Amino acid sequence: MAGASAIPAVETPFRRFVDDFCESRMAVTALCVFAIIFIAAILCPLLSPQNPYDLRQLDIMDGKLPPGTPSSADFVFWLGSDGQGRDMISAILYGLRTSFMVAVTSGVLAAFVGTTVGLVAAYYGGRVDMILMRMVDIKLAFPAILIALVLLAVLGQGTGKIVLALVIIQYAYYARTVRASALVERRKEYVEAAHCLALPKSRILFRHILPNCLPPLIVVATIQIANAIALEATLSFLGVGLPITEPSLGLLIANGFQFILSGVYWISFFPGFALLVTIVSINLVGDHLRDVLNPRLQK
Amino acid sequence: MTVFIIRRLMQSAFVLLIMSLLVFFGVYAIGDPVEIFIAADADQIERERAMQALGLDQPIWAQYGFFLLNAMRGDLGRSFVFNIPSIELILQRLPATLELAACAVTLSVLVGIPLGMYAGYRPQSRIAKAIMATSIAGFSLPTFWVGLMLILVFAVQLGWLPSTGRGQLGEFLGIHSSLFTLDGLAHLLLPAFNLALFNISLVIRLTRAGMRENMPMDYVKFARAKGLTQRRVVFVHVLKNIMIPVVTVIGLEIGQVIAFAVVTETIFAWPGMGKLIIDSINRLDRPVIVAYLLITVVMFIVINLVVDILYSILDPRVRLADAGH
Repeated sequence: MAGASAIPAVETPFRRFVDDFCESRMAVTALCVFAIIFIAAILCPLLSPQNPYDLRQLDIMDGKLPPGTPSSADFVFWLGSDGQGRDMISAILYGLRTSFMVAVTSGVLAAFVGTTVGLVAAYYGGRVDMILMRMVDIKLAFPAILIALVLLAVLGQGTGKIVLALVIIQYAYYARTVRASALVERRKEYVEAAHCLALPKSRILFRHILPNCLPPLIVVATIQIANAIALEATLSFLGVGLPITEPSLGLLIANGFQFILSGVYWISFFPGFALLVTIVSINLVGDHLRDVLNPRLQK
Repeated sequence: MTVFIIRRLMQSAFVLLIMSLLVFFGVYAIGDPVEIFIAADADQIERERAMQALGLDQPIWAQYGFFLLNAMRGDLGRSFVFNIPSIELILQRLPATLELAACAVTLSVLVGIPLGMYAGYRPQSRIAKAIMATSIAGFSLPTFWVGLMLILVFAVQLGWLPSTGRGQLGEFLGIHSSLFTLDGLAHLLLPAFNLALFNISLVIRLTRAGMRENMPMDYVKFARAKGLTQRRVVFVHVLKNIMIPVVTVIGLEIGQVIAFAVVTETIFAWPGMGKLIIDSINRLDRPVIVAYLLITVVMFIVINLVVDILYSILDPRVRLADAGH
């Protein structure tokens, strides 16, 4: 280890990961775009000229104004206004904030449930594994949108209900991924060593096996968050997702759908475009993460 | 082969049983069955009579048996809105959805395979890169928004194609379909493309990957050494091997397409069962929701079964593995 002191920075796994990630200019750009959108959405009350969901701030006379028209208050509708006179930029930012809130909440919960199911299935094996994985298989045999429709038809509308539906849809992907990598990890020597130290099972599972299953989990999480955003918007568009009082891109696009035949394109176009940019940037980051975190592709 | 089919049929029956349990407890236990099967404006006496008629005073397992028996007789309740058996209502709408789904799948194969083969054959060419970039967009574009933009461009701005409905139906061999009239075809084009977009991208990627994987293989070199033309090597030998994953994925995607038809049908006002379920959810017409769910489950099980059988016919290795058990 004589040469170690000559290396200026210590190469930790995290640093290597960051370096690898920064190699792709496309992925870094996508990450920056995503960060800007995310921060703008979180800070929407500060950035937007009006609160589009406070009825007192809306003027129905401002309805359906094309992009660039000045409003009756002292700001400009740079992207136009919707049927109720909402500023499109403000409505999009508020909608994005809801999208992120729903997607991240359901993503965290689904990751938690799915990881637990996957770890337990892989660790205990046998009948536990069979029952848990059969449930996952049956769930995966049906398309996400169908399951969401059924759940929301039974449960009704609401933010909490759509989060619940997304968790039920997504946990299976996490469970499957974690089980696959946990099965590999379980047979490794460090787990055997931990057994010999007589550590409790839960400690071995969550402190030893889980950290080694993280890389594929991160990739799944990125893609599932993009999917959750798209699915929430789709369900809200269909009128079964968020209630009409909540800010949502899907509802905004559905709202614009009524006017699209008369050529009022901006109410549907811009929220969809924001959705598209968000999803593409997440997918690009996820795509590159998959390459970086895949040990088979490492030099 | 027969053993394989029998075993898969038994598995399917098991899944169907589990699904019927889930649907039963989903609808009867989570939701209030009285609210689901009795119209909201019923008075107290009507409610009690209906509860007795539905067997809701029985214990839950007896209720499940009752539900199962009725379901097997094809009785899943009457629609509140149309007052006809819900199963009949859905079967009326089924052809329109199947037509749309079939067109979307055909379109994704006809467009996706040639583009994917080209992209895999000449991966460095500019056209191949353009194809791949488009396919990434196809993955990320939200279906419902693409539908709206298609309407905006082709129906509103250009005025080339109609945006709603099924158009005039033609009849051929006793089948009514939009495929047999020009007007119907014009109505079909936008929704079919909208529904196909995701799968076109998927097929492009699969075909390209298969092409790149197969081209350097020994059997390709051997076929060339045998003196076969490049055309024959690519379109007969390589294509056959590419088809295995493509057929599997397309088969599994048929289910996805039918489910996603909900979105496309809503946008293009296509009178299929996807639009029916959305309308039923909005009108709280719950017997229709239950019927839709069970019919779709059966449909999915059949599709999965057919795909598995096709797969074992296409890929001899699967059959061998099966016989070895």
